[in-house]
Amino acid sequence: MSGQLLTVDGLSVSLPTRTGYHKAVDDLSFALGEGEIMGIAGESGSGKTMTALSLFGLLPPGARVTGSIRLDGTELTGLGRKQLRAIRGRQIAMVSQDPATALHPILPIGTQLTEHMRYHLGVSKSEALSRAVGLLETVRIPDPEQALRSYAGQFSGGMRQRIAIAVALAAEPRLLVADEPTTALDVTVQAGILRLLDRLCRERGMAVIVITHDLGVMSATARRLCVMYAGRLAEAGPTAELLGRPRHPYTRGLLDALPHPEAGGAPLVPIGGRPPSLGDVPDGCPFHPRCRYAQPSCATGRPEPEPVGAAHLLACPPDPLRAAS
Amino acid sequence: MTEPVLRLDAVAVEYGRRGEKVRAVDGVDLAVARGEIVGLVGESGCGKSTLARAAVGLEPLAAGRVSFEGHDVAFTGRRRRPGYLRGLQMVFQDPYESLNPRRKVGEIIADGARLGGGTRQAALRRAAELLKRVGLPEGAVDSYPHEFSGGQRQRIAIARTLAAGPSCLIADEPISALDASAQAQIANLLSELVDDADLGLILVSHDLSVVRQVADRVAVMYLGRIVEIGDTETVWGNPRHPYTEALVAAIPHADGSGVLPADLPGDVPDPANPPSGCRFHPRCRLVTGSCRELDQRLAPALGREIACHVRAGSAASAATGAADRPAPDS
Repeated sequence: MSGQLLTVDGLSVSLPTRTGYHKAVDDLSFALGEGEIMGIAGESGSGKTMTALSLFGLLPPGARVTGSIRLDGTELTGLGRKQLRAIRGRQIAMVSQDPATALHPILPIGTQLTEHMRYHLGVSKSEALSRAVGLLETVRIPDPEQALRSYAGQFSGGMRQRIAIAVALAAEPRLLVADEPTTALDVTVQAGILRLLDRLCRERGMAVIVITHDLGVMSATARRLCVMYAGRLAEAGPTAELLGRPRHPYTRGLLDALPHPEAGGAPLVPIGGRPPSLGDVPDGCPFHPRCRYAQPSCATGRPEPEPVGAAHLLACPPDPLRAAS
Repeated sequence: MTEPVLRLDAVAVEYGRRGEKVRAVDGVDLAVARGEIVGLVGESGCGKSTLARAAVGLEPLAAGRVSFEGHDVAFTGRRRRPGYLRGLQMVFQDPYESLNPRRKVGEIIADGARLGGGTRQAALRRAAELLKRVGLPEGAVDSYPHEFSGGQRQRIAIARTLAAGPSCLIADEPISALDASAQAQIANLLSELVDDADLGLILVSHDLSVVRQVADRVAVMYLGRIVEIGDTETVWGNPRHPYTEALVAAIPHADGSGVLPADLPGDVPDPANPPSGCRFHPRCRLVTGSCRELDQRLAPALGREIACHVRAGSAASAATGAADRPAPDS
């Protein structure tokens, strides 16, 4: 596919465990264009974070990767450390869940912001400092000059996360991967960060992959959504369609577990059981033991994502929610 | 109206920081009755966790008093908690840290049961019953905490508090460390326990949508004070304090509409140096000149209590001539 910034094709990641290698990501494919925000949703253990780490070549030691990850025509799998270093930060950058660990505790913020720019963009120190002030203004840190001389510990959680985003943006990456970027934050701060990401995409044409279990956050930002379960794609498509008329019982379950203002005080409907652990993925559809629509046929054969509409993929052959949609 | 099981009157908590006094909680009144869930919400740094800790005697009070079933709840520090406080228990945020990793689940829970006397055997039997009550297999007594997921550990932590036979629970962010479906499970469990065991529950959370779902009443805190309190439906359906409005507008909806949530610019100010007048005025969209001077405290208006003279004033003028509506019973 041309015109895509990122193309992931048949990506599988196997991790070594005591019982041998097991797939944390299993035959995942997706593509992302410039300026696009895509979401990856799923519970913990669904493989969403491993997918993100594989883009950076940051998988745990011993991990095996098959399939292809192409960034602007460059194949990323199998690249050496030195080649990856030229891409990380410059082409793709990451914002992780915990701003407390993303920033260096005893380096001033200014050093952390300018290091990237000097390394990747080769700008002078004074040029880097003035750009750093601009970045801090972009993420709305009051008194940026003072902030450059301060340390991570002197800021609140919300401000640290905004600074971590500024650091990620320092070398003007073309793709930003945000892994649960707002999970630890208050809704008010979250709203500010979501608006910031949206603005950066529109203004700079930066693409963003948002990884979260929070479908509200997805709904607000991502135009397209991939729902993962046990390392596989369960459903993918336009966010409005997936959340408005979910076709996969797992997507439906994730939505039902959320509080809905219309539902008043009705109890939440959790998905029974919990996701399978690595190496313990059931045969057939991995979701079938927890699925309230499961049929005998679901326990055998592997459901592959099939198109069920414009840009809408569904890995659920019985498709029990088709009538409801 | 039933007598509250736990009552906070004008509670203030201070921390010392570099020689200056920081008032993290500044004059909070709050009560919870048996069978009732009171949600306590606000941004980080607003003092909600400090208030929760003070409510169970884990923080010394700078002013005011906390009473549980008629007894004063005093700061105990490292001393043994008096027996009459056994019915007041706390559920902590992180079930990875609140359970001793080197002890079996059954022993952890049995501790609570043994506080009331009885043999170790009886306590272990009780532990098995409680595990079943919170939705875990009875056989879990012989396992260690690390064998369970976050949601299951939080169930174990809840079973431990139930072992003490509580009449009131304080839960400080009990679900925020958990997965989405585990969050729903724990929220439902707490809600069931309140009904079944007739407990009072103060649920502290920054997840407003869960509080809306389970709480009977909700209290919104800002910088050490409650700024709006009332029935959940009243407050949430039609928030009147500008801060509550901003909080509700900031919640993203999972409806696929692609609407970005509304932003509330600025951060919570430093509690060591709170703004003059209304503490929310530097971030408030309704701010008027008098907001900088007038320190409005909670007052009944529009079927709930709010601490905003702009909104309370307009409500009063709108209601002129009309009979005073009584505040809804809590």
